[in-house]
Amino acid sequence: MNPKLTRRRFIKGVIASGAAATTTAAWYSATGQERPSGFVERLVRINVNGQVRNVDVEPQETLASTLRYKLGLTGTKLGCNRGECGACTVLVNDVPTYACSVLTHSFKNDRIETVEGLESANGDLHPVQQAFVEELAPQCGYCTPGQVMAAVGLLRENPAPTRDEARHALSGNICRCGSYDSYLDGVMRAAELIG
Amino acid sequence: MAYMHIGKDFTPPDVPGKVTGRIKYAEDYTREGMVYARLLTSPIPHARVLDIDASAALAMEGVHGILTADDVYPDGEPQSTGLKILTNEPTLVGEPILALAADSEKIAETAIAAISVTFERLPFVTDPLDSLLPDGADAYNGGNTFVFRQGFAQEKWTADQVASMRAGNEPTAEPQQTVEYGDLEASFAASSYVYEGTFTNAGYPHMSMEPRSALAYWEDGKLYLYGGSQSLTAFADGIAGIIGVPKADLVFINEATGGGFGQRARAGSVPVYGVPAKLSQKINRPVMMRVTREEEFTIGGARQGLTGWIKVGFKPDGVMAACDLWIVSDNGGKGGGADAYSAADCISVLYQADAVRFRGTAIGTNTAHRGAQRGPGQNQIAPIISPILDVAADELGISRFDIRKINTPMNGDVGGPQRTPFTSAYMPEALEMAREQFGWDERQSRRRQQNGSKVIGLGIGQGYHNAGRSGMDGIVMMGADGRLKVHNGVGNLGTYSYAAVSRAAAEVLKMPWDRVDIVTGRTDLHLPITSPQDGSNSIFTNTRTFYGAAQDMLAKMKEIAANDLGGAPEDYDISNERVHQIADDSVGMSFGEVAARGMELGGKYTGEAELPEELAEWTQIAADRLAGTGFMGIFHDPRHEGNPPGFTVTCCEIELDKETGKFEILDMIQIAEAGTIMHPKGMDNQLVGGAVWGIGLSALEQHLYDPQNGIPASTGYWQSKVPTYLDCPLKIDTGWVDLPDPENPVGARGVGEPAQGSVSAALTAAITDALDGHIFGASPITTSMILNHIAGTAEEAVELAQNNYRG
Repeated sequence: MNPKLTRRRFIKGVIASGAAATTTAAWYSATGQERPSGFVERLVRINVNGQVRNVDVEPQETLASTLRYKLGLTGTKLGCNRGECGACTVLVNDVPTYACSVLTHSFKNDRIETVEGLESANGDLHPVQQAFVEELAPQCGYCTPGQVMAAVGLLRENPAPTRDEARHALSGNICRCGSYDSYLDGVMRAAELIG
Repeated sequence: MAYMHIGKDFTPPDVPGKVTGRIKYAEDYTREGMVYARLLTSPIPHARVLDIDASAALAMEGVHGILTADDVYPDGEPQSTGLKILTNEPTLVGEPILALAADSEKIAETAIAAISVTFERLPFVTDPLDSLLPDGADAYNGGNTFVFRQGFAQEKWTADQVASMRAGNEPTAEPQQTVEYGDLEASFAASSYVYEGTFTNAGYPHMSMEPRSALAYWEDGKLYLYGGSQSLTAFADGIAGIIGVPKADLVFINEATGGGFGQRARAGSVPVYGVPAKLSQKINRPVMMRVTREEEFTIGGARQGLTGWIKVGFKPDGVMAACDLWIVSDNGGKGGGADAYSAADCISVLYQADAVRFRGTAIGTNTAHRGAQRGPGQNQIAPIISPILDVAADELGISRFDIRKINTPMNGDVGGPQRTPFTSAYMPEALEMAREQFGWDERQSRRRQQNGSKVIGLGIGQGYHNAGRSGMDGIVMMGADGRLKVHNGVGNLGTYSYAAVSRAAAEVLKMPWDRVDIVTGRTDLHLPITSPQDGSNSIFTNTRTFYGAAQDMLAKMKEIAANDLGGAPEDYDISNERVHQIADDSVGMSFGEVAARGMELGGKYTGEAELPEELAEWTQIAADRLAGTGFMGIFHDPRHEGNPPGFTVTCCEIELDKETGKFEILDMIQIAEAGTIMHPKGMDNQLVGGAVWGIGLSALEQHLYDPQNGIPASTGYWQSKVPTYLDCPLKIDTGWVDLPDPENPVGARGVGEPAQGSVSAALTAAITDALDGHIFGASPITTSMILNHIAGTAEEAVELAQNNYRG
């Protein structure tokens, strides 16, 4: 083994270089070592908002932590960090998912979308975002990114939901301000904008 | 009156940031060199810290230091109730004992686990009535109650007195506080229907979505503190004192706040911000303190629980003759507020009783920190009194609507034990609007209609909160570009009041909204003092200040134009961002030109002279720093006269399933009476948001404490039963009276708090209606209570079986 090539230096070098295809597995390959038993790859590639990102991820790290603290995507909020409130909702392959309750390692081959990825390249708001602005859906706004992502997930699956269908689809997202009525107005308005 | 901005919808400037995730809450910030603080909290409900051994933790790689109560209070902890930054005398599970900073939260957690704290266990109590027993435990060190300006004290009843109250009788003990007006005895004697019974209101947590995480660092002798608050300058003003930093040396950054509901309005509710501030100062590194949901439950505040006895008398014509209230308040582990008194005040205001007596005693328990929560007191009593009115109406042969109309407050009335006149009161109009828009009369044929196991219940309720203050300061600025800058210290808690009140300034100067900048989000932008943004006061209070500041700028504009262009100031008017002669509008100056001229002249035009003498210290600092930087309008608001009320009326129809005990809200309407409506969509949000809170109060939310160990069992959203989409009606209709209040320059008052109370009153009345007039005397009325009642199982349905910490 190259004495100057420590695991830490290797990972730091990969991150600094922005290399896209290198993984921790390559380190073992480069050093000719066997992977230890129970080995969990730390340097993973995940697809976030259409970009492949290389991240040093701890084995027990949640997707919410990776998004917020490793990738700087702080639009994903942590309200409870225990799968109750939905503020951390992101889309994984179009499915609304609590990012606080899943491990980043589980999503190496999946398409992750956060609230930061919804605007078009020219800066136009997504119809759900636009509708939420028009209906003044947010109050304090802390739950809003999760509500937005749940609504986007719903409208991809069902572009013309009834108000009751929307209510059930968003029922995993708590709004302590109680802005449910305004969010539902926003979802119905978004359906019109999309339709 | 035709307004340019008032009463019209607009998009507050922070909304796009909320839907895109760009707006920053405290925990979204980072700072180079930042380390992470974790809290070590008390695992037992009442204790004294005897020793802290952190040697092993401090020896760990990546650990930067710890902060204890001894660091924070070198001369000893304040001997009073109220949360402290850190404590060696915890009075509830979860109270912060110390904080540790490390390179990562993981290291911090590991190091915390290596700290050995030796506690002396002390007796604890979770029920205030238990504490009142002769041998009952005291929640605090020094007693079970705190007397203002006197200190801790011990309040004890005889065992018979406690047992008698538990059995539903009028307490015979001496109350700590008695307030009354009118001839109670004569009023009861004149009553033809008298209700007497006991009631309980469960305490429950605020559960703001954003935990009270904070980031702090020191630079050039200044403290930079990133935190969430309901208020901005009022909060900063208070937290400077708690941390012990001069006001001029604190920069408080607070762009957005993830909910407050009363417990982030004042710094005394969030002393934990002192942890990163003082730890950062100690270790000379930026410190991020992330607060967990469990910690937020403990230190994030909770509504006071009430255990009470009530007697209400009605004359044959339905007039509420007398109300006698005796309430034992659960003040929790850190002291509480004046909810019980406010409950009595609310009955006096809303129902104009001829005579009212309030007797109350506040007792500590080793449960969560209590403090103001949306309509503190007014909203607990709302679901208690409303069914009593309904039963009285049925007994007296009066319609349930009419008994409210008979007792309604109106213009010219007074309310409360102080007999304070209203600034205005249009409750009769609100009642009629609700009746008509809901179709209250038409729906009466469906009352108690059965459909299999389901039964229809109809409910009507009213809400009230004093909704306006005065005496604050306002500053507006303008540069040569002619843009109006509203220096706004109100704070962004989600009501958009901070933006709506800024429009009062735009209205005075007839400025297009896209030419107005709201300067806010951090105190080094030099913002005037405001009242804490609680008590539904913001709209009333801050329209007065910004209107006044803009009037000052307008007067200065006219002075400058008259000086430069001839004539007298009164010969001038404004339009299209110009000040011009009334007789010949071609003679004038653009706002940009007049602002530039003001800056040339200096003195009072730029805040360098002739400032109002009564400015608060905080405003004075802001004005001094702004002086000479632009054309200034500045104003100190004098005090107003009277009580500006916020009123709401709610009607709802429910379908209650007698087999499951569950109910569905089929229809609901909320009508506001809050003076002139500033921002219709903002008003709508407050009404629907208040409705959700009302549903939680009436049917869902409550503390759960293990009485054997004093451990909270409802630290999460699910256990404390915060309402979800599925607990609420599919659509909530709203409306408003929209008549101006004479004590406000644009006629506006606030409304956020009563919106919860009226829904709780209406929903509880509807449940009572569906169950043939059975009064539970409790909030919440849980599914199991309904089922027990239907089954005739008295266990949880009898009075006081549900005490104020568990259902």
